[in-house]
Amino acid sequence: MTAGVRDERVRSVSLLGQLLSRPELGAAAGTVLVFVFFAVTAGGSGLFSAKGIINFLEVSAQLGILAAPVALLMIAGEFDLSVGSMIGFAGIAIAIPTIVWGWPLWLAVVFAFLVCGFIGYLNGLIVVRTGLPSFIVTLGSLFMLRGLTLGIMRGVTGRTQASGIHEYAKDDILTPLFAGQVLKTPIAWLADIGVVGKRADGLPMISGIPMSIIWWIALTLFCTWLLTRTRFGNWIFASGGEANAARNLGVPVARTKIMLFVFTAMAAALFASIQVLVTGSADTLRGNLKEFEAIIAVVIGGTLLTGGYGSAIGAMFGALIFGVVQMGIFYTGIDTDWFKLFMGAMMVTAVLFNSYVRNRAMRSR
Amino acid sequence: MEAPLIELRSVSKYFGKVIALKDVSFDVRAGEVHCLLGDNGAGKSTLIKILSAVHTPDAGEIFISGKATHFSSPKVALDNGIATVYQDLALVPLMSIARNFFLGREPVKGVGPFKQLDIGLANETAYRELKDMGIEIRDPEQPVGTLSGGERQCLAIARAIHFGAKVLILDEPTSALGVHQASVVLKLIVQSKARGIGVIFISHNVHHAYVVGDRFTILKRGRSMGTHKNTEISRDELLHLMAGGKELVDLESEIARLKTAKAGT
Repeated sequence: MTAGVRDERVRSVSLLGQLLSRPELGAAAGTVLVFVFFAVTAGGSGLFSAKGIINFLEVSAQLGILAAPVALLMIAGEFDLSVGSMIGFAGIAIAIPTIVWGWPLWLAVVFAFLVCGFIGYLNGLIVVRTGLPSFIVTLGSLFMLRGLTLGIMRGVTGRTQASGIHEYAKDDILTPLFAGQVLKTPIAWLADIGVVGKRADGLPMISGIPMSIIWWIALTLFCTWLLTRTRFGNWIFASGGEANAARNLGVPVARTKIMLFVFTAMAAALFASIQVLVTGSADTLRGNLKEFEAIIAVVIGGTLLTGGYGSAIGAMFGALIFGVVQMGIFYTGIDTDWFKLFMGAMMVTAVLFNSYVRNRAMRSR
Repeated sequence: MEAPLIELRSVSKYFGKVIALKDVSFDVRAGEVHCLLGDNGAGKSTLIKILSAVHTPDAGEIFISGKATHFSSPKVALDNGIATVYQDLALVPLMSIARNFFLGREPVKGVGPFKQLDIGLANETAYRELKDMGIEIRDPEQPVGTLSGGERQCLAIARAIHFGAKVLILDEPTSALGVHQASVVLKLIVQSKARGIGVIFISHNVHHAYVVGDRFTILKRGRSMGTHKNTEISRDELLHLMAGGKELVDLESEIARLKTAKAGT
């Protein structure tokens, strides 16, 4: 907005006051807190060495790839509990065509994206057509997809895991896109000048930035742009905020929601593609509980469970906190059993904080 | 004289055995406020829904600018400049004023897949349109949830006018508002009239209606009790008609009887 149309009654709000009305604030503050905590407790343990940073960023990136689209869906007022099972399903949708049917890997990946997108479409269609809560519909898909994954995998291969996909991935055009690394040259240079540490054999501790991190950042930026700068983003907010009002004004609420279900399902397929190509294996149990981890990241990021308010950048911070805490606990030497207790408590705190921020935003400024 | 913007002639509507409206005629001309008065269950809602093409009448005719018309859907009515502001206002409280103003009709700039919202234009337009109608908002980016009830009503009306309403149907716009808030909305109704818009003002509050109305139609139990010009009828007569003349006299005598009975004990 230009300065010309500012009303004289707009008082200049303190920077803190302005920040407090942003959905991302809680997560950004939490991130700082978590970094300070581990800088103090695990400062010398290697958590903040180049290797350590890449380690926790990779954990965050995987979750963040799910969290950004899940944030958009939750802002539109819906849940998708099937993303975790969808990851396992997408994994075997890549593995079976590659190993059993002899498809080229890239075709199997495209196939997995399409099938997952279609299942996401069905999820969305059932939700908008029946008017049932998406929590129930996708809870059903959570179990159905897991069962389908196990049934198909054991039926076709006789096992629940597939390995050796590295063989097929070696020369595939998609491998650099999902499992590659970027910025190798600058990192080698940083190692030469001593910013990045070197291993005993003289090579840098890290050889490059994994593609998953690039996907995470790109997807978050894309979702933020979509949400705050496009018509579609306006419809997402309206669909979650007051679906009836939106419908009366001609917003295609049903279509908006269905597209977002397709998007979360595709994100699960992206997650699986990266995982399968990096590890070279697929497992029917992959992605277990990821749906809830994604919701935790999104909620820590300031998105309301009731829809209509939230941000994709917030979800990125949520995923970052998740990664730092998970790896930080490992580096500090605290028993990792405590990780889940910590994340659960963190989420409840975040929800309390967010409802405070929301009430503040709704108050006459 | 110019034909009315919208005219209903002897319209009836039945829901099964229930006669919701019987032989009701109603019209509104450019630049006038026509008040539709009536108690609960008088048929006001049914009449609005016929005007905005949510319902089709079972008998009678609809004319738009003198031409017999049959609207198939509310969308078609809207495209013909007949806008209805319902009591729920169709606003999203957590979204900004400007985003609400343009919801469903967002201005975009850019080409192809890079089209994005023209937020600057949206903010400026919403601010200017509201200001032109005498509503000073502080910041077009503040959430609608921070506005008062009267301001929300004005926003919904301003939005309808901006997007080309020729006939504005307002469903009880002042009923849930305090005195000051209601007066802001009443001023906006007069403003709309000055812009040449035909306003249909539905109310059960005679005091609000009498201040702004040019003509008054009273509905009672699905039938029209006649249309009166404001030069020909006083506020008390209107009140009397609306409350149903004889009923009110009966009520008064009954209360008087109860009072004396109580005094006697």
